[in-house]
Amino acid sequence: MDLSKRPNRLFRNLSAKIASIPMILTAVVVFLGGTAWTVMYSFTGSRLLPKLKFVGFDQYERLWSSRRWMISIENLAVYGICSLILTLLLGFTLAALLDRKIRFENTFRTIFLYPFALSFVVTGLAWQWILNPDFGIQGVVRGWGWESFSFDPLNNPDIVIYGILIAGLWQGTGLVMVIMLAGLRGIDEDIWKATRVDGIGLFKTYTRIVVPMMRPVFVTALVIIASGIIKLYDLVVAQTNGGPGIASEVPAKYVINYMFRAQNLGQGFAASTMMLVSVIIILVPWAYLEFGGKKRG
Amino acid sequence: MKLRTKLLSAVAVVSATSVGAADLEVTHWWTSGGEAAAVSEFAKAFTEKTDHNWVDGAIAGSGGTARPIIISRILGGDPMAATQLNHGRQSEELIEAGLMTDLTAIAEAGGWKDLVNPPSLLDACTFEGRIYCVPVNIHSAQWLWLSHDAFAKAGVEVPTDWHEFVAAAPALEKAGLVPLAMGQQGWQQNIAFNTLTIAIAGIDDWREVTVNKNADVASGESFKAVFDAAANARELARESNVQDWNLATNLVITGQAGGQIMGDWAQGEFQFAGQVADQDYTCLPGLGINEILDTGGDAFYFPVVDDPDTQAAQIELANLLISPEVQVSFNLAKGSLPVRGDIDMSAANSCMQKGLKILADGGVLPSNDMNLTADTTTQLEDLMAEFWASDLSATDAQARYTDIIADAD
Repeated sequence: MDLSKRPNRLFRNLSAKIASIPMILTAVVVFLGGTAWTVMYSFTGSRLLPKLKFVGFDQYERLWSSRRWMISIENLAVYGICSLILTLLLGFTLAALLDRKIRFENTFRTIFLYPFALSFVVTGLAWQWILNPDFGIQGVVRGWGWESFSFDPLNNPDIVIYGILIAGLWQGTGLVMVIMLAGLRGIDEDIWKATRVDGIGLFKTYTRIVVPMMRPVFVTALVIIASGIIKLYDLVVAQTNGGPGIASEVPAKYVINYMFRAQNLGQGFAASTMMLVSVIIILVPWAYLEFGGKKRG
Repeated sequence: MKLRTKLLSAVAVVSATSVGAADLEVTHWWTSGGEAAAVSEFAKAFTEKTDHNWVDGAIAGSGGTARPIIISRILGGDPMAATQLNHGRQSEELIEAGLMTDLTAIAEAGGWKDLVNPPSLLDACTFEGRIYCVPVNIHSAQWLWLSHDAFAKAGVEVPTDWHEFVAAAPALEKAGLVPLAMGQQGWQQNIAFNTLTIAIAGIDDWREVTVNKNADVASGESFKAVFDAAANARELARESNVQDWNLATNLVITGQAGGQIMGDWAQGEFQFAGQVADQDYTCLPGLGINEILDTGGDAFYFPVVDDPDTQAAQIELANLLISPEVQVSFNLAKGSLPVRGDIDMSAANSCMQKGLKILADGGVLPSNDMNLTADTTTQLEDLMAEFWASDLSATDAQARYTDIIADAD
């Protein structure tokens, strides 16, 4: 009896299991295996080629005493926090406005979503020109006669990251808006009717009723935005290439530069391991709260 | 582009009938006007003198962009037939891993040891007694390029050394010109700094720091003077917001900037713009103070490939690159110095003659590529990028410079 049952469980949904083998292999070998390999080699003194010559925490010590890495972390923090808050805020506001049954909704939706169709490289180059002091916004406004007008974020080390933030927001807000809009459309018409009957104000309806109901939508948007922040690289390369000086460097660029240009794999691996660790530190408690709680309940 | 590909493949089909003809893919990062003109001299000679075809694999962007692409192709098992690299420590590990073709046999047959001058060039191609690359030119970084037009506008004499240049800077600024053109990229700023080091700290201290990695000298008085001079130069370059080196050179060519510290490859740009040395522009090796040049340069490496036809073509190309006629035509277009001391360079202009004379007098230094690893160079470039673009004080910059030198291997 027992013998005949066991294979049954294993072979249940056999075709589905076979179909998922490639993805499982990819996940285990490429993602997990690659990650473990990278972490291991981050403790070696590998230069151009990976070599198993262990040096302990040397690479990490050097990493955290490197000024460029500290600037990169700082930039990512500023960009990340601003981008997270502003994208959600702008995305939701735009979606809420579009949801008010306005005219030409399709047109506006297309206009707002359009930047998302452009790659980060195109976005970066376009905004490099728009923010160029001689040809862009500053040049145009000065041309109108406001001679003292100054708006030159890309050449000012103190605010260059905000110049990149503007381009990032322009590119990413449209997508979040569309996700939010889909969420808003999912709210039952009866709820709106009920709030009207109860005489609840519009702002209060949104903040107290609609937003809590859209929790899953917010989670989706959050994951999309957060993954975009961590892998921020191409936008910076296209827009400023880390400049002026090293004022707009980001961690991903540090990793690439040290692995390939500086021919120092160990240092690059240490940096990418730190990126992974920071993601885990942020993600694990959140995922535990978000998904772990539901199982118990 | 499409037509060209079709033509090339048509040529390939036709020439495939002749025995052993091969398409040789050659990667390099020579893409500015003067550089492209120079590399086409190689391509022309190669297609005319051999049965093989030169397939151009130019990679846009400077060496910093191209080198990772080239190296990852070699490591990834998709090697090109030949590639430009700066000889020195960049390729050490590739050779160690057995990925580069050993050229010792043809080097001995061609007598390269006696031909190549200065001998340090061939040393940089040598790894554990075997030769792995063909040096094709000598590039030195220690040049100051000055625009006659700009100094005429400012109403001052064209300077004869760095000190006069600094003294003339206020007049240039008054005339609305940028005194010093500087591309905002770490490697260019590092070249400028290194040039200032040789001029101001002197050769002995430079050697002590760059070759022997002596951190005590790097934190000493002579380097303090260098950092002060660099901080001063930073002010002169404040208004120069171009990125690429050839755009900065163009500021000098068009008389918008007084001068630029850049390697002798800038010469090709002046030539390409139809300017005449000593008439439209002046060049000062070693900033006019210490007339000494480093002997960096470009070399061709031949990654190991399986195809015997390609192997034969690689050997032919290696011999061709160092042959006298090709050396002359290539280096005249590139503005660099030839690697052979035995050829007639009388066609060269006065700037190149200055370089040839310094070379003949033995005023040469090993280049940074030969002394420092890519890792150390990247750290120095990061420091320079930050220093030139911010208000980082000379003292702080020197402290960090000392740390990098202390850690260098």
